[in-house]
Amino acid sequence: MQFGLSESQQILKDTAHKFFAGESPVAAVRKAMETETAYDAALWTKLAEQGFTGIIAPEEFGGMGLGKVELILLMEEAGYALLPGPFFSTVALAGTVIDACGSPEQKKKYLERIAAGQARATVALVESAGSWDTQGLKISSAGNKLTGTKLFVTDAAVADFIVVVARDGVFVADAKAPGLHIEPMKGMDLARKIYSVEFKDTPAEALGNPRGLAGALNVATAGLCAEMTGGMQRTLELTVAYAKTRKQFGKPIGIFQAVQHLCADMYLETESSRSATYYAAWALEENTPDAAASVSVAKMYASDAARNVGNRGIQVHGGMGFTWENDIHLYYRRAKASETMLGDATFHRERIARRIIDEASSGNKKERPRQAALASR
Amino acid sequence: MDLNLSPDEIKFRDELRTWLSAHAPTDWDERREESMESRFEYLKRWQRKLYEGGWAGISWPKEYGGRGASLMEQVIFWQEMALAQAPPLANVLGLGIIGPTIIAFGTEAQKKRHLAKILSAEEIWCQGFSEPDAGSDLANVRCEARLDGDHYVVNGQKVWNSYGWAAHWCELVVRTDPNVPKHKGLTVLLVDMKTPGVEVRPLRQMTGETEFNELFFHDVRIPVTNVVGKVNEGWGVAMGTLMHERGTFGAGLQITYRRNMERLIDLAKTTERNGRPASEDPVIRQKLAQCYAEIEIMRCNQMRAFSRINATGVPGPEGSIQKIFWSELNQRFQQVAQEVMGPYGQLEAGDDHAIDNGMWAYGYLRSRGNTIEAGTSEIQRNIIGHFVLGLPKSY
Ligand SMILES: Cc1cc2nc3c(=O)[nH]c(=O)nc-3n(C[C@H](O)[C@H](O)[C@H](O)COP(=O)(O)OP(=O)(O)OC[C@H]3O[C@@H](n4cnc5c(N)ncnc54)[C@H](O)[C@@H]3O)c2cc1C
Repeated sequence: MQFGLSESQQILKDTAHKFFAGESPVAAVRKAMETETAYDAALWTKLAEQGFTGIIAPEEFGGMGLGKVELILLMEEAGYALLPGPFFSTVALAGTVIDACGSPEQKKKYLERIAAGQARATVALVESAGSWDTQGLKISSAGNKLTGTKLFVTDAAVADFIVVVARDGVFVADAKAPGLHIEPMKGMDLARKIYSVEFKDTPAEALGNPRGLAGALNVATAGLCAEMTGGMQRTLELTVAYAKTRKQFGKPIGIFQAVQHLCADMYLETESSRSATYYAAWALEENTPDAAASVSVAKMYASDAARNVGNRGIQVHGGMGFTWENDIHLYYRRAKASETMLGDATFHRERIARRIIDEASSGNKKERPRQAALASR
Repeated sequence: MDLNLSPDEIKFRDELRTWLSAHAPTDWDERREESMESRFEYLKRWQRKLYEGGWAGISWPKEYGGRGASLMEQVIFWQEMALAQAPPLANVLGLGIIGPTIIAFGTEAQKKRHLAKILSAEEIWCQGFSEPDAGSDLANVRCEARLDGDHYVVNGQKVWNSYGWAAHWCELVVRTDPNVPKHKGLTVLLVDMKTPGVEVRPLRQMTGETEFNELFFHDVRIPVTNVVGKVNEGWGVAMGTLMHERGTFGAGLQITYRRNMERLIDLAKTTERNGRPASEDPVIRQKLAQCYAEIEIMRCNQMRAFSRINATGVPGPEGSIQKIFWSELNQRFQQVAQEVMGPYGQLEAGDDHAIDNGMWAYGYLRSRGNTIEAGTSEIQRNIIGHFVLGLPKSY
């Protein structure tokens, strides 16, 4: 048993760190976010060259076939760099869903192109109710044709195809298919754009094994938690560096405990998000009985922690933290968008509650007399 | 990263599981009515049983009565104890912090003399660090020890001494040189509590119990062979103890936390709220889930920290996050428990209407001490700020 990275995992993480620092420094992020889609084709080619677009796709479909832990390490570094564009949507979200739900032919058709860096994709799930709960969806297919509107679809404008979660299955629609209409939504995360996607009798292909969806969304959620953890790490580092150099009253502000304690809490929440996320990735990889719950534990925690870390980071920066020029708000914006994506803390706490309260038999202990009153209910 | 158990670890776990299912007592929960002393005797007997079964001191060297296994097996031990809903162990400080200090800094003779008896709970230990004027500022210790032949003569006072009432031995921090900067004149002594001149006075704490004590020393003669580490280098020894207290001590707490969590879920199912069980109330559900998740994260943080310590050998300052996490989590948890129980939560032991004989009222009050004992939350945050994040020292 060893809850630390293996040598090859550490190398992957370090490589990704260097790659993103070199290829997507914050100046490039700012440039990308000023564009309509935040997508940089040249950067995408380099991501593909590194093999990152195929990080978890099986080798038979041109991927590296690595595990969930490797995926989250890459996502953590992407989050640290605030990587702009459709990487998460394509690889962690659409790619994972297709891998879990597609037939071998469908994987060849879609996943192989993702892995090779030839296609970008996303998943359309949320509808007007604003919920990630797949139970309440309205859109369903009629003869493999979709009609209705999906909201908060990340990176739809640069997607070559869109994975659509409907009431009666999981479908793939070509982005250029008839009746498909994409409109930007003005989301807070400037480096990952969101869209409404309208379908009107849009032809779509049903994926063979829609039951794989829940597991795939768990993997994507762990990936998102990792990305959030990376964002927290960067926010922490920016803040600590600022606290060491900014002087007031003739001293660096980091000497004041009110400031130190904000930083200490940022550290605690960042590390705790990391522990929870790594554990969730491992549990998914090993398919442990608590895998789904551990994903909810991680997302519940990271959703709150990412916001808290950002709040404190801005506070320590003073007026500077409130400026457009300072980078911290870019991370803060993504933290907010990611907070609700794939379910916010409330959503995941309810998922946990179902497991620990409703599913768990309170059986392991003897019946206690004072429980008798309600036991008969 | 691989949390799968190695073949050796699986063997260890399976043996432990089998042993626990045959030997772990199931009646601990029923002892809530008993006195603190009689409950403590019960836990001593339980620890003795573990020791005789070869399950005490998992990562301690074999030659001193330990099992000679790794820290990871220690982690597995706590997890299995929690799963088996086994009672906690009696010699908390001896096992968690003083034993490891003796292993790291003690002489061969000290190891031979003390370690096995810590493991068997034959000798209970307490920690004599804090003084009226040396709390957070521990280096300000005044309790003095003067060399007289082959003995130190100790005079002074200690305070907030947990388990003083039950202890046979004490890890004591004393001042051996008043003429050097305060960190440099300290020494750690092992003190037999039966030595003439040692006086233990119970201190009543806000829970009503007398779990901690004042210690007074009047010309107490301690053989020089009882010095741990070097004379005047006690600060380093004490810091070693505190790193264990902050970094690894919390691992054993998951036993209690998980047990409490499960009990609270049961109670939520049988307590009415707005005409239905509290467990169906969306707000309560949210809060229970939050507690559960935090207990899980505490476990993950600890597993990660133990893996790091296993690789580096010693707990580092980052252990302060464990201390903050377990202490503040317990305070939040106890408050949620109070919310589940409503007005019943306040009822203390002895009241006919009290739930679990007042355990929850006690737990709520006792949790206030969590963010003070073993270094306050403020001190832990100072440690993270300075030693982990590299911010300038504030004092
Ligand atoms: C239940 C319990 C059990 C205990 N058991 C033991 C034991 O077995 N052995 C033992 O030796 N001690 C024990 N203690 C003592 C404990 O370690 C001290 O109480 C603790 O270190 C704080 O010291 P103090 O009480 O003197 O408070 P103080 O140090 O006076 O602190 C008072 C307040 O000031 C804050 N403060 C102080 N200095 C700073 C600073 N530099 N920066 C920011 N804030 C600061 C503190 O955080 C706290 O909020 C126990 C305490 C409790 C509550």
